[in-house]
Amino acid sequence: MKYVDEFRDGDKARALAALIHTEADPARRYHLMEFCGGHTHAIFRYGIPDLLPDNVRLIHGPGCPVCVLPIGRLDMAIGLARRPDVILCTYGDMLRVPGSGRDSLMKVRAEGTDVRMLYSPADAITLAQRHPDRQVVFFAIGFETTTPPTALVLEQARALGLDNFSVFCNHVLTPAAMHAILNTGEAARGELRLDGFIGPAHVSTVIGSAPYEPFPAQYERPVVIAGFEPLDLLQAILLLVRQLNEGRCEVENQFTRAVTRDGNRKAQRLVERVFERRASFEWRGLGAIPDSALRIRDAYAAFDAERRFNLEPLEGRENKACACPSVLRGVKRPHECTLFGNPCTPDNPLGACMVSSEGACAAYYSYGRRIERRAIEAREVMP
Amino acid sequence: MSRLNIANGRIEMVHGSGGRAMVELIEQLFASAFANEWLAQGNDGARFNLPPGRVVMATDSHVVSPLFFPGGDIGALAVHGTINDVAMSGATPCFLSAGFILEEGFALADLKRIVDSMAAASRQAGVPIVTGDTKVVERGKADGVFINTTGVGVVPDGIELSGDRARPGDMILVSGPIGDHGVCILSLRESLGFESEIRSDSQALHGLVAAMLEAVPQLRCLRDPTRGGLANTLNELAQQSAVGMQLDERAIPIREQVRAACELLGLDPLYVANEGKLIAICPAQHADRLLQVMQAHPQGEQAAIIGRVVEDPHRFVQMQTLFGGNRMVDWLNGEQLPRIC
Repeated sequence: MKYVDEFRDGDKARALAALIHTEADPARRYHLMEFCGGHTHAIFRYGIPDLLPDNVRLIHGPGCPVCVLPIGRLDMAIGLARRPDVILCTYGDMLRVPGSGRDSLMKVRAEGTDVRMLYSPADAITLAQRHPDRQVVFFAIGFETTTPPTALVLEQARALGLDNFSVFCNHVLTPAAMHAILNTGEAARGELRLDGFIGPAHVSTVIGSAPYEPFPAQYERPVVIAGFEPLDLLQAILLLVRQLNEGRCEVENQFTRAVTRDGNRKAQRLVERVFERRASFEWRGLGAIPDSALRIRDAYAAFDAERRFNLEPLEGRENKACACPSVLRGVKRPHECTLFGNPCTPDNPLGACMVSSEGACAAYYSYGRRIERRAIEAREVMP
Repeated sequence: MSRLNIANGRIEMVHGSGGRAMVELIEQLFASAFANEWLAQGNDGARFNLPPGRVVMATDSHVVSPLFFPGGDIGALAVHGTINDVAMSGATPCFLSAGFILEEGFALADLKRIVDSMAAASRQAGVPIVTGDTKVVERGKADGVFINTTGVGVVPDGIELSGDRARPGDMILVSGPIGDHGVCILSLRESLGFESEIRSDSQALHGLVAAMLEAVPQLRCLRDPTRGGLANTLNELAQQSAVGMQLDERAIPIREQVRAACELLGLDPLYVANEGKLIAICPAQHADRLLQVMQAHPQGEQAAIIGRVVEDPHRFVQMQTLFGGNRMVDWLNGEQLPRIC
């Protein structure tokens, strides 16, 4: 497959892995956070940890939109789905996420509500046109990559004058979450071991590489923006190891085939027209983060589900034993959660990180479980 | 008795009422297409003799959407699916039954197309449909047509196939490229709107199975990787046999278009359904011979050895990736695609 196989070449991988082994200083440890859940998934799918020396460790960041959505917001969506006039549509990953009291959109669909899975938000517009007697709500989640398509359908809805279409907006911003990770209590106490970031390529095609410049400048953490193919990741790891070895600290762009410093100006303008920043937004695991999420501007208020349905904020109930919040902050690894593997599995997820294929727990469970098999085994024999 | 208006007629509730309309439907649409001596007996059940050996029975219900797709339709699929389930026990399939649940308003022309396709598939496979049933449900209570088929076959003496017989050291083979059926169905879903030339691999595999068993009667397990794909089927076998498996990604045959479609949609071809492929596990010393026989058969031309059975108390299926790392190939989580068969 052209433009794909080149980036999965086993020989090149071995050569890059050999360079990492040679260059990584055995006297030090390298804690590198891949921010994005897409990277987490790729890391496990291709078995990248097997290729790294023991002292180069990957920490899985909060870049999984399903995982960081607070339960209260999901409960609000479930409430919308339960309205008899509403068709609620969203991306497939969202359907199985457990809300308060173990409800999920999948479960309320089985109760008879109208919940649909979409591949593209444009399908929600079609749905609204086909069902003029129903209220079609698009439950929008995601980082900067999925934001422009949502902005586009909001513009379309306004141009078409659709009065039965709205968006429940939960779009969040990558750099704000990275700031938050570096400002937690754990980070202040030195419990967060994080030497550098692998930055997300897809998000960066939209926002560009400039928004990462504060991380080397303010926090002395280098950033390498990397693509999602396994060779991209290995190369990014090598670039970070080199920066750390040489005492350099800067934003490097490994994904030059699509990321520029300025990003996609057209998409940025579109997003700017439709959305504005919320003063603060709750993130699962990270708490309230200022300027970290988007809301729909007043000009598009008629298409804002929060305003159309007068939604009240809800406080979700977390499972107390669930370590998703610590996993999302990068201070715990998935198998260190007492629920991991038993009873929390992808078939019976108790926390959001076990639901999405981009979630660190699901990736660990589905692809990397053998690495941590002793940890699971120890719990399996417990009564 | 009047003629059915097949060109423009539709299924009505009266076609399931037991009266004259039902008899017309059965005689003019089903009996004429499936015609054989057992149906001609005209009784509620078919009476037949079986060759000597242990009897195998398997059943499968079919609810695929859409009903027609490149490479097949729900009718042919219903015949192939059950024949394959019987054949995976090492049995020679002998007879089939067919039960239809029809939705009020379903076009008779579409029903005829499906029934003719079933009849053709059954004749081609040499496995007659000897008894059947039709029911009609109100509009909205079904999706056009659902078909259940049950098959009966006989396992010759000396053949012992079972999912619990895989042993460490055995080799794992697949009969051809995986993922064709699932990707074909997926590409037809209106919400995706992409065009592909991928055809479903729907086909009856008992001919291939017979050739394999003749050459290598020591074969241990056979299974067709339908829903959940190769990954799920291998996990089932590993679980049943209390073994692990080690696969080699480079060896697993996948068509270029299937890989590309899966790449685009974020699917893993290992989990995509097949309707005309089988997985075989056999002792290592017979693997090359088995591969030769499979490759010499039209239904196994692209067969390959894809891995081996290993000792593993955890019963993990693992795979050496193209990339050189090792990964788990876990059970399918959730649903990748609804109503594919």
